[in-house]
Amino acid sequence: MIEIALGHYLTLGAIIFSIGVIGIFLNRKNIIVILMSIELILLAVNINLVSFSIFLGDLAGQVFTLFILTVAAAEAAIGLAIIVVYFRNSGTIRVEEIDKLKG
Amino acid sequence: MGNLNFILPEIFISLSIMFLLVLGVFKKESSKLIFNISLLVFLITCIITINETFSVSRETLFNKSVVIDSMSSLMKIITLIGGLLVLIISSSYLKIYKIYNIEYPVLILSSVLGMMVMISSNDLIVFYMGLELQSLALYVLATFNRDQLISSEAGLKYFVLSALSSGLLLYGCSLIYGFSGSTNFDIISNQLNYNDYVLTFGIVFILVGLAFKISAVPFHMWAPDVYEGSPTTVTLFFSIVPKIAALTVLIRFLYVPFLNLIEQWQMIIVFLSIASMVFGAVAAIGQTNIKRLIAYSSIGHIGYTLAGLTTVSNEGIQSSIIYISIYAIMNLAFFSCLLMLKRKDQYYENIDDLSGLSKNHPILSLSFLIILFSLAGIPPLAGFFAKFYIFKAVLEQSMYFLAIVGLLSTVVAAFYYLRIIKIMYFDNEKEKYDTDHSIALKFSLTISTILILTYFIFPSQLIEVVSRINII
Repeated sequence: MIEIALGHYLTLGAIIFSIGVIGIFLNRKNIIVILMSIELILLAVNINLVSFSIFLGDLAGQVFTLFILTVAAAEAAIGLAIIVVYFRNSGTIRVEEIDKLKG
Repeated sequence: MGNLNFILPEIFISLSIMFLLVLGVFKKESSKLIFNISLLVFLITCIITINETFSVSRETLFNKSVVIDSMSSLMKIITLIGGLLVLIISSSYLKIYKIYNIEYPVLILSSVLGMMVMISSNDLIVFYMGLELQSLALYVLATFNRDQLISSEAGLKYFVLSALSSGLLLYGCSLIYGFSGSTNFDIISNQLNYNDYVLTFGIVFILVGLAFKISAVPFHMWAPDVYEGSPTTVTLFFSIVPKIAALTVLIRFLYVPFLNLIEQWQMIIVFLSIASMVFGAVAAIGQTNIKRLIAYSSIGHIGYTLAGLTTVSNEGIQSSIIYISIYAIMNLAFFSCLLMLKRKDQYYENIDDLSGLSKNHPILSLSFLIILFSLAGIPPLAGFFAKFYIFKAVLEQSMYFLAIVGLLSTVVAAFYYLRIIKIMYFDNEKEKYDTDHSIALKFSLTISTILILTYFIFPSQLIEVVSRINII
């Protein structure tokens, strides 16, 4: 039986965080995937904070996590609203076709 | 429980936001009323801030998670004045694009509230809440002209990149929390020790997140697109107010929790500063859209501001704060000019549209000339003094390389400012623009141009206020 220590949780957090960041940059198809990646990044931070909080015996980390969860919900709502507005104007949410502004 | 009077401005502004939202729901056709009330709210908050906090040297509240000191009160006042002036000159633009809605002043107020929380934060949680409040309001503001494709695209890009940067920043916060055991800046500053390499990761993540917010190279890629796509008044807001708040937070992060880790961050800030100065000067040369050009120019100006922060001295911080204040005035004046380029309910924003402006509009082009000379840093205008203080602080710490790069990029940047002047004064004239501008627009242009022009007569006032800021 292996003991699950702080390092394991941090590795899990780091892996999920990297998946999120890579998902934003490699994704060429759909903006909804970017929204999911942002959500993944925030969840990785939450895993980090909760495990730190447990191992330090300090509650501030868990309080921080609750705040991040709330803000993530608000952010997802605003993000979806912006995507809907964009879809109404352009008729597409493919990432490659978002290129009206450049230079 | 400390003295709640110190956060009276925040309390007042948040209560007013709720009141305005309710009023906007129940009273039909109330846009004009709500615009006027919001202006009043800005004024009252500004007066309260000056009254309650301006003479405070350093006070903390709520378990030391909020700090009121001379830097936070000064920056709050600049933020509030910036928000007030943006709101004043917005209304005619919004009416023409038929987006004169109650949400606009409420969103501006709530993002300013977020910035005020950010500015006086002394704790990672408070800082994050303020940052998100301002970002969420700014996402919506960028998309405010929602029937226009470019505005919604600007909002979408800003949302994705800003959310990513908040994520990076949070990851940094979690590492800092884990390895120092607290979210409070003062405690972090005592707990951090030099050899922990994980802390360097945390610092890098936090600096990347903040560099996104102030659009320093190499994290500037959102700025030109968002500046071009958003409604012009929102671009004005973007280019002034969030930068002031983000710069204050950056100063606080560097000089309170991370002061002992100077070796780790000094080179990063020097790199950001040099890259922004050079890139801002070079990339602006080929631009044809004025808003895009201003985006690159603001990237360059942020480079100079960061140069002041690399010095690790109070003079450096003070010169950065003076620079960002003068930059805010210059940008306000520039955008007031830009908002005057209107013909038959259509705003013009290409550099070609300025051609021959001096023949039809001599006074407008004269103020354009003064503003552009000031942005280029030509004496005796305010922009020159801003750069002078920065270079003086940098040279006092014998950082010659940074000063030389800064001077060279000033020369390159002067090229594109002077090119606009050449187009205005020596190219063929076009049709006349409308001259029936609102009084507010004329007022803000006159005041800011006079400030730029006469700064050299009374520089001591600003210096005296800023010299009370002693962080280290």
